[in-house]
Amino acid sequence: MSANSLQLCLLFSSALFCIGLTAALSRSNAILVLLGIELMLNAANINFIAFWRFGPTPAPATGVLFVLFSIAVAAAEAAVGLALVIAIYRHQKNIRLQEATSLKG
Amino acid sequence: MTTAATTDGILERAPQLLRDAVTGFLPAPWQWLANSLIGIAVVLGVFGLLFAFLTLAERKILGRVQNRPGPNRAPLPFLNIRSYGLAQPFADGVKSLTKEDVVPREADRVLHFLAPVALLAFSILTFAVIPFGRHLVLVELDAAVLYFFAAGAATELAVFMAGWASHNKYALLAAMRALAQLISYELPLLLSWVPVVMIAGTLSTTAIVDAQAGWTLGFIPQWHVLTPWGFCGFVIFMVAALAEANRSPFDLPEAESELIAGHLTEYSGFKYALFFMAEYFGMIALSGMAITLFLGGWRAPLPFLEFIPSFVWFGLKLGALLLGFIWLRATFPRLRMDQLTRFAWKFLVPLSLINLATTAVWSLSAGWSGPLQLVRWAVCLALVVVPFLALGRTLSAGVAPRTYRYAPS
Amino acid sequence: MSTAFFVIVFLTLGAAAVAMVLRNLIHSALLLIASWAGIAAFYLWAGAEFVAFAQVLVYVGAVSMIVLFAVLLTRRSRADLVVSRDTLGRGVAAMLVGGSVLGLLFGAVLSTRVVAPPSATPEISVRDLGAQLMGPHAAAVLVVGVILTVALLGAVVLAAVDRDDAGRKTP
Repeated sequence: MSANSLQLCLLFSSALFCIGLTAALSRSNAILVLLGIELMLNAANINFIAFWRFGPTPAPATGVLFVLFSIAVAAAEAAVGLALVIAIYRHQKNIRLQEATSLKG
Repeated sequence: MTTAATTDGILERAPQLLRDAVTGFLPAPWQWLANSLIGIAVVLGVFGLLFAFLTLAERKILGRVQNRPGPNRAPLPFLNIRSYGLAQPFADGVKSLTKEDVVPREADRVLHFLAPVALLAFSILTFAVIPFGRHLVLVELDAAVLYFFAAGAATELAVFMAGWASHNKYALLAAMRALAQLISYELPLLLSWVPVVMIAGTLSTTAIVDAQAGWTLGFIPQWHVLTPWGFCGFVIFMVAALAEANRSPFDLPEAESELIAGHLTEYSGFKYALFFMAEYFGMIALSGMAITLFLGGWRAPLPFLEFIPSFVWFGLKLGALLLGFIWLRATFPRLRMDQLTRFAWKFLVPLSLINLATTAVWSLSAGWSGPLQLVRWAVCLALVVVPFLALGRTLSAGVAPRTYRYAPS
Repeated sequence: MSTAFFVIVFLTLGAAAVAMVLRNLIHSALLLIASWAGIAAFYLWAGAEFVAFAQVLVYVGAVSMIVLFAVLLTRRSRADLVVSRDTLGRGVAAMLVGGSVLGLLFGAVLSTRVVAPPSATPEISVRDLGAQLMGPHAAAVLVVGVILTVALLGAVVLAAVDRDDAGRKTP
């Protein structure tokens, strides 16, 4: 089957999403997990721009606006996540996620 | 009013005519490519030479301010003629090229090499959107001002790479301090041109220069710097540009008495020269953007002076701003790190936010006529001067009056 | 599809994949920053210039600083930056999950019948974008401002060190 441009862009963003997912699931370093999550957010943004560029367009600005808001919220989330990592480090002197088990039932 | 004869005179169009003479015979897509390449080469050449002679001008002017002659011994090569120091930049270039390139054994070689390259690349990228003359802008972007500051923000990463890759804890500490300074002053830098965009209604640099056209009363140019909010914004922009370019009095990151050379400690020879080239290019680019946003770009200040080509006016304004940078370096002592950050967060950021409100008042009162114009000016001037004085008082609160131990009071 | 697209895709995916696999944390962070720059290049290729510049300004210019500061503040020595090899079981399980999600998404994308794309890039000028942000979406802009303020204040509180009266630090 042949893929047209929209499908190629969506394949790109799916691949990026799965790279981020694999990293978030497999690494035990908290910062690498956060980086994986940021990669997943970026993959979603690529989806928006792909549909804005190649999809049937209802309103010409919707995709761009969605991505702008998404970038802003992702930046806030990165700041909070990394502050949490610093707070965890202060308690347990390293950032291995397996050791952050004090709330485990 | 300007006539077509003055705006499209032969001197004005000289760069375009030269370029078309060289590439006019090429077919269409190759002609665009050749024009772009020629534009890039000209910008690199002109600003490279400007960088070289700016280092010389800085040393001579600093010398004269400090009552000494500055460099005047470098002779012209093969001729041994002393040329008042005009060959000094080339002597410095040869020196930096032939010095041994020392890389510490434990340093991260790839990052150590990439840091000056990335810094210079992003600094040069910022030149693409500055309009140097009426028809002389490399790329016309709809969001040109955003592009300029995005490329400038990316240079901060190279500072970190330089400090980290040196495997030197003092270089790393200095890189973190440099980063803290750069991100603290990025906020006033970005907030100071938001009023300009508010009034001009566009992010495109060519359109912002066009918005400053015309003369009130026939001889006062309508530049943004000649309005209350524009003057405040211009001053904040220049102070933040000093800090972004790591220039005195904000040159703590690279001062020799602080942590040796800061994040550049482990760099020698050509890479060191590249860092300084990037710093000077940043200075020139920020001056160019200040001219575009506040000083009317390539526009002449008086209507009868319009026969002088636009790029000459841009060059004159650029020279004036760069001389201002050098003058400030010669005059002010260095700010300490905490003074620096306190100045940014507790003075410049509130002042630039209040400037936004002043601009809103100015823009909403644009339709007032007659004596109400005086009211408008008075209100906006008050909105600029009063917060400046109030914030200044709070910033220097708690500092005791100065006592001199040795000078007779 | 043009070669520019494939070059951008290859470089971005390559940088992201290598970033997630490397053991040196700083190298991972820097390669991820390179992949963000690659995504900005993709936005430029797709014609969304404003979003590309915003991506560079926010991600490469600001979030990268946060990541690098966090990496440097959460270590005791330079040796801490070498991440220990994760257990093989975790890695295999994660790759299975990732691979199956990838297969699912690829299958979904390739099997959907997509309408032929329009040939022209939708034209959106910065002025129209501003009008949209300040008009229909003004409430969203205000909410995003509140989110950013609250999130950053919270981050400062989380990461701050409290000093009690004797000057001892309590985190």
